[in-house]
Amino acid sequence: MALEVQGITAGYGPVTVLNGVNFRAEPGRITCLMGRNGVGKSTFLKCLMGLLPATEGTIHLNGLALEGLPAHEVPKRGLAYVPQGRRLFGPLTVAENLAVGGLVQGNDENTLHRVLTLFPRLRERLTQTAQTLSGGEQQMLAIARALCLNPKVLLLDEPTEGLQPSMITLIQEAVMSLKGQGVAVVLVEQRVDAVLRLADRVSFMLAGRVEETRDVKGLDASDPVFRTYVGV
Amino acid sequence: MAFGPFLLLALMEGLVTSAVLALAAAGLSLVFGVMRVVNVAHGAFFMLGAVLAWAVATFVPGPPAVAFIAALAIAPLAVAALAAAADGLILKRLDYDPEATIVATIGLLYMIEQAALSLYGPNANPVQAPFEWRIQLPWFGYSGYKLFVVLAAALVLLALWAFMTRTKAGLIMRATQVDRTTARAFGINVDRVYMGTFALGAGLAALAGVLIVPISQAHYLMGGDPLLLSFIVVIIGGLGSLRGTLIAALVIGLSDGVISMFFTPTLAKILATLLVAMVLVFRPQGLFGAKA
Repeated sequence: MALEVQGITAGYGPVTVLNGVNFRAEPGRITCLMGRNGVGKSTFLKCLMGLLPATEGTIHLNGLALEGLPAHEVPKRGLAYVPQGRRLFGPLTVAENLAVGGLVQGNDENTLHRVLTLFPRLRERLTQTAQTLSGGEQQMLAIARALCLNPKVLLLDEPTEGLQPSMITLIQEAVMSLKGQGVAVVLVEQRVDAVLRLADRVSFMLAGRVEETRDVKGLDASDPVFRTYVGV
Repeated sequence: MAFGPFLLLALMEGLVTSAVLALAAAGLSLVFGVMRVVNVAHGAFFMLGAVLAWAVATFVPGPPAVAFIAALAIAPLAVAALAAAADGLILKRLDYDPEATIVATIGLLYMIEQAALSLYGPNANPVQAPFEWRIQLPWFGYSGYKLFVVLAAALVLLALWAFMTRTKAGLIMRATQVDRTTARAFGINVDRVYMGTFALGAGLAALAGVLIVPISQAHYLMGGDPLLLSFIVVIIGGLGSLRGTLIAALVIGLSDGVISMFFTPTLAKILATLLVAMVLVFRPQGLFGAKA
């Protein structure tokens, strides 16, 4: 179930943010997106989810076209999204947030069990409202909610931003576990050490397009490519 | 009549006002909460419910109870269908922009009122209550139908609460209320949710109109007062808060009943308006609303 993106262009009103993005994500692999602030990483994920319409280009998941679909149809094709800042349904309980995540596939009990096995801490918080969880627990819930969709492709927008180290480890273990289950993971990440630890491939964005894609094998933190595109 | 029974009568009248007001205001609150649309046409939907109840009562043969039950079933559904059409034809095209939809619903209000004036006429017409039973208390007799209105409104509001908190559709509406963009990312068809919410809100207003029409009368301008009072209730309770709406409806309805009985209805409206002003100054989000 490869995700293939060709020449995607999109923006907000007259401002073009994405300018012909080419990208590929494959099952059982983690593909990271890196780049400075404002190059269009988050916009690209929104565009993949149909939340921002593409003006040009194609998006295919296993050969099926996704571009032009209404946003609410995209999750039904197998894409799930963990937005930056989590965007949980705060006044709803943990169980209700997970139920919203599972709407598309009919809230299958096995999926819920699998998700709660991955994040056992959430099992203890099912009746608690999402807005009362700690930052790390909220991030777990944001990922768990997306996993309730049983996605073929999971889009994660800076999932470890602002979390304490123990929580980062937990989230990263969960992402690795998803890779092991054959999910194609697209991860927007700013920290080089995390990319080197998690990713199979990394695509570098600059000025609204993917400029370079490299296998992580053979890269290290001192590689000039990070200085060029991320500035570290 | 002594003070005690007089107060009891005032409270019972206030309870009837509260019940009808709670139904109408719940619809208004729901529409604002989920869609962020301030529906100025809400009073017109209330009026349409009453006028359609009159029409059904006039044209359905048989005892008043049969005609009334038919009106209870038909009028809210017809008004909900009209609201769904208005949503698709007007509000959706405006992309639910908060300012534009206020202007659009003002236009809708005038269209509905003028249509009612043209088709129904300028007269106020009574609708017979479904039953004439009166409860005889030691101090006075009281309309059994008015007590039925309170009971019916309570049951409908209970059903609305259960719908919102216990069903999949309610969960979808609450998720959309919190964040419509994220809701879309989880497969929720927000346009359909908005259409359903607008229809449900209008249906609740129409139901309130059907319930009130045997007590008052059907008239094409009767939506003004319920609209004003619904806004007062929703502002005090907190826009989008169902619980706040119910509590505020009780406060406004009961105080309206008591003050109208012991003083004048005008004083009741003045005090309600003062209360709104104080809430807006000291707690703009309403007593139970979340801060923006």
